[in-house]
Amino acid sequence: MAKLISAAEAANMIKPGSRVAIGGFLAVGAPECIIDAIVKQKIGDLHMIVIASDWEDRGVGKLVVANLIKSAQVSHLGTNRTIQAQMNSNQVQIELVPQGTLMERVRAAGAGLGGILTPTGLGTVVEEGKQVINLNSKNYILEPAIEADIAIIKAYKADKMGNLVFRKTARNSNPIMAMAGKITIAEVEEIVEIGELDPELIACPGVFVNYMVKCTEVAHG
Amino acid sequence: MDKRAMIGSRIALEFKDGDYVNLGIGLPTLAVNYIPEGIHVVFQSENGMLGVGPNPAEGKEDKDMINAGGGYITALKGASFFDSALSFAIIRGGHIDATVLGALQVDQEGNLANWMIPGKMVPGMGGAMDLVTGARKVIVAMEHCDKYGNSKILKKCTLPLTAKGKVNLIITDMAVMEVCAEGLVLREIAAGTTIEDVKKVTDADLIIPDTVGCFG
Repeated sequence: MAKLISAAEAANMIKPGSRVAIGGFLAVGAPECIIDAIVKQKIGDLHMIVIASDWEDRGVGKLVVANLIKSAQVSHLGTNRTIQAQMNSNQVQIELVPQGTLMERVRAAGAGLGGILTPTGLGTVVEEGKQVINLNSKNYILEPAIEADIAIIKAYKADKMGNLVFRKTARNSNPIMAMAGKITIAEVEEIVEIGELDPELIACPGVFVNYMVKCTEVAHG
Repeated sequence: MDKRAMIGSRIALEFKDGDYVNLGIGLPTLAVNYIPEGIHVVFQSENGMLGVGPNPAEGKEDKDMINAGGGYITALKGASFFDSALSFAIIRGGHIDATVLGALQVDQEGNLANWMIPGKMVPGMGGAMDLVTGARKVIVAMEHCDKYGNSKILKKCTLPLTAKGKVNLIITDMAVMEVCAEGLVLREIAAGTTIEDVKKVTDADLIIPDTVGCFG
């Protein structure tokens, strides 16, 4: 069973300095209510693992603007000038990771793997300082798994066991980030009884979900 | 035809019926307006979707339906949604027939630079490195020169690379060039352009074959 908690309680589980994996892509599918609670409680010094730094007023961009991020593993910063300024002034340490590599490194952590071998980044700065391994006459970069102390994700519907259903392109990194957290908290729009979700449609089984926060603020188009 | 229409319409001719295609944001997306009749192409959005349809009418936007550039989209019949890891497995695993991207620089060895200008602009590579590494055909689509009139097609890229030796074809408002083992071959020139015009604004060494086609 996944325990239902408030957004404030969810934020309280995140300790200053934690490694936090956060779902969403350009704030679509981002756990906005939990992010707002982190901002409100000013939990800082965070290491953020996320696809993009989103917009200044939406998604993880709000954590950036509130100066709560110390470092990040991220693939894209282009929509958020604040994090670029923070990077240039060394306030924030950034490891830019190709998006597909980021997803597989996070997935590897959740899947009990030490890392992955990928051709992405060969011959670029991404390769620098890393081991290149030749297998079956092809070169691959050895990329270590990315583990997280806590994962906060967003789903559309959940049942009381924490089985999750996503909606359209809001699925994105959420089922992957859910795997990598030692603790995973899912923000959901609706919670139904056990048995009400079609098992064929569950894209993240409840085994990955420890806590749920219900948040219905965001309306659908 | 204006420059952008020239490029968009020429990109569209590269797609075969049944192709799965990923279009980068900006100029490459113009290609969707010029897909020839009878050619059915499935567009991927790397945030987790195949079967991307046109932009929704105003007021019909769905907050959970965006493309990789953050713009609102619709889903066509036969569309599918999946997570980001699967989306990049599709890309890196060689299941995308063609990707079309913009460039800051591209060179005659097929190297591409499109993700950062040190000290000026560091937006990150996003999905570009995976796309260029994994797609079966990599097409660079861009204006031939930058806003200062300098060639973007070089002998050797000077900016940090997105991928090494992965570009197959370059489509600009002036020319279509193919990266071959022997070098960069001029395949077509735009209507109203001469081979000399193209050579004058191309830093890379161009190989001029006996027959050069025309487009636009």
